[in-house]
Amino acid sequence: MNRLNTLFDTKKDLLSVYFTAGFPQLNHTTTILQALQDAGVDFVEIGMPFSDPLADGPVIQKSSTQALANGMSLQVLFQQLAHMRKTITMPVILMGYLNPVLKFGVERFIDKCAEVGVDGLILPDLPFELYREKYHELFESRNISNTFLITPQTPPERVKMLDENTNGFLYMVSSAAVTGAKTGLNQFQLDYFHRITAMGLKSPRMVGFGISDHSSYRQVCQHANGAIIGSAFIKLLEQSNELTGDIKAFVASIKS
Amino acid sequence: MFHPNEKGFYGEYGGAYIPEMLIPNIEELRNNYLEIIESEAFQKEYHALLTDYAGRPSPLFKAQRLSDKYGTNIWLKREDLNHTGSHKLNNTIGQILLAKKMGRQRIIAETGAGQHGVATATVCALMGLQCIVYMGQTDMERQAPNVARMRMLGAEVRPALSGNRTLKDATNEALRDWIANPTDTFYLIGSVVGPHPYPDMVARLQAIISLEIKQQLKQKIGTELPDYVIACVGGGSNAAGSFYHFLEDPSVQLIGTEAAGLGVDSGETAASMACGDIGIIHGSMTYLMQNEDGQITEPYSISAGLDYPGIGPLHAQLKDSGRATYMPVTDEVALQAALELTRMEGIIPALESAHALAVLPRIKFKPTDQVVVTVSGRGDKDMKAYMEYFKLTE
Repeated sequence: MNRLNTLFDTKKDLLSVYFTAGFPQLNHTTTILQALQDAGVDFVEIGMPFSDPLADGPVIQKSSTQALANGMSLQVLFQQLAHMRKTITMPVILMGYLNPVLKFGVERFIDKCAEVGVDGLILPDLPFELYREKYHELFESRNISNTFLITPQTPPERVKMLDENTNGFLYMVSSAAVTGAKTGLNQFQLDYFHRITAMGLKSPRMVGFGISDHSSYRQVCQHANGAIIGSAFIKLLEQSNELTGDIKAFVASIKS
Repeated sequence: MFHPNEKGFYGEYGGAYIPEMLIPNIEELRNNYLEIIESEAFQKEYHALLTDYAGRPSPLFKAQRLSDKYGTNIWLKREDLNHTGSHKLNNTIGQILLAKKMGRQRIIAETGAGQHGVATATVCALMGLQCIVYMGQTDMERQAPNVARMRMLGAEVRPALSGNRTLKDATNEALRDWIANPTDTFYLIGSVVGPHPYPDMVARLQAIISLEIKQQLKQKIGTELPDYVIACVGGGSNAAGSFYHFLEDPSVQLIGTEAAGLGVDSGETAASMACGDIGIIHGSMTYLMQNEDGQITEPYSISAGLDYPGIGPLHAQLKDSGRATYMPVTDEVALQAALELTRMEGIIPALESAHALAVLPRIKFKPTDQVVVTVSGRGDKDMKAYMEYFKLTE
């Protein structure tokens, strides 16, 4: 059990927010983290920026490029997060691509995550099979959850396998798209949600990709444990002159 | 040892490090490509198109004046005479037949120099399929004639606007397109890069180059095996094709030449072997240029087709095993080699191919050696660079 498991056991209609570490400015990571908790977000994904984020759309890609130009790296990120558990009580997940993690050293990376109080990881280009073979014991020994993505095209037997093997949650990609694509819920997506619900999976499910406002948040909450907002929040950060106040207003607008 | 295992690994290289969104498409391809490619119907159609449409076999030409100059026997494998002007068509003919067999109507591709984009647009026109080509904006400017060719062939050319706006960025955009269009789209990759099964599939479709070299040498000099095969390497498809049928013949020395740009120590280079180390790029574990944080370095080469920070996993394995040798070549030296071939043999090569010719002075050949150099493409598309460097308008 970690903070993430406890949260899923005790609360519904969860709101999770993604933001890129080191964006808009290098030292904004912890400011944004604190502001999101204070605004009532249930948990966060902190994006570890990568030069070639191929599952992300232009908004997150641009924020990653900016964060790298600002000097963000895994080393810097772990320094910034070193004391977060003095004030941050919500679950914190790191999300990013495999290459920087390999370069940092997977074991060293997992140790650092455990040390600063990270609860889980989302590494979209770490294939499930490789995770099973090489890394799941390491993750579990440090009590770090791993989350897998599923999409409308993922075959049922694979959904079952991913469900059985995650100790975190399933990240339901709401449609076939990179992050930040504009979508309302259509019949195709509703069918997908119903199909997954009917499978009676053991793992909690969060819906991401294309969630941008109160109405899309409410809608997906009917079919999952909650929703993840990414690109819409990054767009807010791009424009914000007063981070804490703007974040509070943004989260309030989603929740009510 | 030089063929991937079931999961697409050449030793530790290769594999398929891809997000879940791509898995259904990649699985479908992985489960079908060998059976389709090896089927009699496919082979018949593929070879008929190579012969009657592409104009193969491409000639193996004895470059006599170059041979005299370097005191050896130099043979040019003339992929520049392939229809559309490069080896790229060998692969696109094969993959378009696969796409048709798998019922995909919408074809996407990435391109650097535009040679793969043109070859893709060509087969799409031939088959009446929709074609979208992603190309870095920098490359669209420096290879403008190829952009016009693709458009005339009916393809839509979409600019990639991230990074240095070159091949790496175009590949990212093509992968994003495939993620967003998972059911009707076939991603026609142009080199031996990307997730399994692409490196193996493209190598098999380019292997016609070495198959012909063997047959042609046998006919001309009575032996199938040369002493050297030399080819340029960006992602590495023409080199993979040139090496393929010689991999198990250790007497044949295999030499790949990579683009050093302004020099391997200049920071402005695309020499992934000389300057890179192991990591993941575009779904494949291989050598790539990256910084100490695992961020991929923006490459540079005057040659848009070699301007890529990674290399196909087969080549990574060939390098580590010592089966092939890889040599870096700077812009300057490549340009001089292009001029030399032009003046001595009357062949204007592509800038990419000039990188292969450029190592001839660096190797100590014996008078009895048989040396095959693959001229991967023709130089028409590079006339702007040649005009500027050699001041041809004055």
